[in-house]
Amino acid sequence: MSQTVDVGTPPAPAQDERVAQKSTLGRLLARPEIGALAGAIVIFLIFFIVAPPFREPSSLATVLYVSSTYGIPAVAVALLMIGGEFDLSAGVAVTASALVAAMLSYQLSANMWVGIVVALVAALAIGFINGYLVVKTGIPSFLVTLGTFFMLRGLNLAVTKIVTGNVATNDVSDIAGFELGRKVFASTFTVGGVGIRITLLWWILFVLIATWVLLRTHIGNWIFAVGGSAPSSRAVGVPVNKVKIGLFMTVGFLAWFTGMHILFAFNTVQSGIGIGNEFIYIVAAVVGGCLLTGGYGSVIGAAIGALIFGMTNQGIVYAGWNPDWFFFFLGALLLGAILFNNFIRQRAEASR
Amino acid sequence: MTATADTRTAAPLVRLTDAGKNYGNIIALQGVTLEVGGSEVTCVLGDNGAGKSTLIKIIAGLHQHTHGSYEVEGEDVRFDSPREALDRGIATVYQDLAVVPLMPVWRNFFLGNEVRKGPAMDIAAMRKTAKQELLDMGIDLRDVDQPIGTLSGGERQCVAIARAVHFGAKVLILDEPTAALGVKQSGVVLRYIIQAKERGLGVVFITHNPHHAYPVGDRFLILKRGRSLGYWKKSDITMGELTGLMAGGTELEELHHELEAAGAEDTGLRDVARAFEHEVAELHVGGSSRQGTPPSDSTGTRQEPPQP
Repeated sequence: MSQTVDVGTPPAPAQDERVAQKSTLGRLLARPEIGALAGAIVIFLIFFIVAPPFREPSSLATVLYVSSTYGIPAVAVALLMIGGEFDLSAGVAVTASALVAAMLSYQLSANMWVGIVVALVAALAIGFINGYLVVKTGIPSFLVTLGTFFMLRGLNLAVTKIVTGNVATNDVSDIAGFELGRKVFASTFTVGGVGIRITLLWWILFVLIATWVLLRTHIGNWIFAVGGSAPSSRAVGVPVNKVKIGLFMTVGFLAWFTGMHILFAFNTVQSGIGIGNEFIYIVAAVVGGCLLTGGYGSVIGAAIGALIFGMTNQGIVYAGWNPDWFFFFLGALLLGAILFNNFIRQRAEASR
Repeated sequence: MTATADTRTAAPLVRLTDAGKNYGNIIALQGVTLEVGGSEVTCVLGDNGAGKSTLIKIIAGLHQHTHGSYEVEGEDVRFDSPREALDRGIATVYQDLAVVPLMPVWRNFFLGNEVRKGPAMDIAAMRKTAKQELLDMGIDLRDVDQPIGTLSGGERQCVAIARAVHFGAKVLILDEPTAALGVKQSGVVLRYIIQAKERGLGVVFITHNPHHAYPVGDRFLILKRGRSLGYWKKSDITMGELTGLMAGGTELEELHHELEAAGAEDTGLRDVARAFEHEVAELHVGGSSRQGTPPSDSTGTRQEPPQP
């Protein structure tokens, strides 16, 4: 799980003769994200060959932008999955955060940042409730978050209609504080004539932080442990419940972040969006090598998974294929990735 | 039934006096007296459902006793969590919960006690320490980065024990560490129990196998249906007596007859019956000739009711 990112490995004192035969290739193949990386390269090459517009730098920027909007919540979803849990409410929690911020600021004529902060509290609360219910009741998180998914879906629509009389929120672009919000969550800057959305930078930052936490800190050790075996972790004194609730709240946090991006990118929020995205986050994590049962996986892998999603999503358009086929490809991709990961993992285990 | 008269002046590391536990109106454990001091191994024997797990859970801090008293180094205690017990130096190694299989050995070794350097972990030091500590206990690992699930069951138990010793445990509670192991692996674990004892630790060794308990134990507590059948020093009981008490010779004989009758139509059952016949014969011979012999193969024939 952590072999290749060593800081200052000592010059291997007295190398054990029994590890000598473990090749660099074997070590590489044992990493969780290797399947996703291979898949990403193949898909990139396919679209590079068949879709000339895909080769443009601006297309690449679009692919990266789309990938980042799914990749940011996927960071937290991957951590949660490594910790042994699911969150099916993540997709609608994104929408809920955006709706809360938009309606609160507009209806109360408050500064945009009041709405932003209240939305953050609401998103963290959603995560906390999910986590609390899971650890206190022992009901599988699949069911608990399926429940909160439907509740949020209903709340998003019903409350928006009550407050605005419409299925979407009012335009918030002339509210005080909007400009700063747009700068933080949804600005664009140009590099060599190509517009890059700021979400790409945030995405990279979140992936780096999460990877560091996962591999380098005791919290990361606990995340792997509670996903691998919660009872064993509890027996050696790991605060299992706190770790799990914390992971659900991390999902809440990144759902909020993504919600803020949607709000500041489009000025209004449709109350019905976000449904189904939770599966895309999970697909990204699984394609990236996260084990569905927990205890194994990588955030970098989930990022590559999101990139695969972004490339396929945009590549089909650039290639001029009928986009109706997109979900078929996505499903085939998921199956392929799972089979490939299984194969690689078995080979890695056998070579030990 | 010799109740041990403690002649030492220092309080034992762990002492339970007439301890019991009720779950609602169900009496899971009743009237258990037990103690373990430094450099001592106290064995707790009993068949499935005898109350062994309840006893461990009380000592380990997962449950609280409802009757009697529980003292650690002479001080009355009542633990609310395993963490509190750990802080008092009472470490429990569970049979199947010892480690997280997918995690590397060094991560398992330091789980819950990570060495920190600033906000991060000091991974180089942790790797080195894990390797060294395991080597000191006689486990020479190829690679502390391999998932611990790739080790054998015996090695995993040993890593868990070495970990508890490293983190300053004064008392080790071992929950059936040999139950799922083969003969050779069990021998490895038993050797570790002796080593922990030689390091000055108190050990509570829970098992249903008297052949494993007798060679390493100093005191023996037998549980049956939630009650203590007795508590002996090694000098007061022989291997044969222990085995007889533990298994319940007459019950075993009845079971043998039953199986034999059923075995008339079923060859598989007949084999089981034959194995029991052997076991019963052994019990009648008495244990004097077998005393102190290394754990034998008789673990293979457990007293589980066969499914017809």
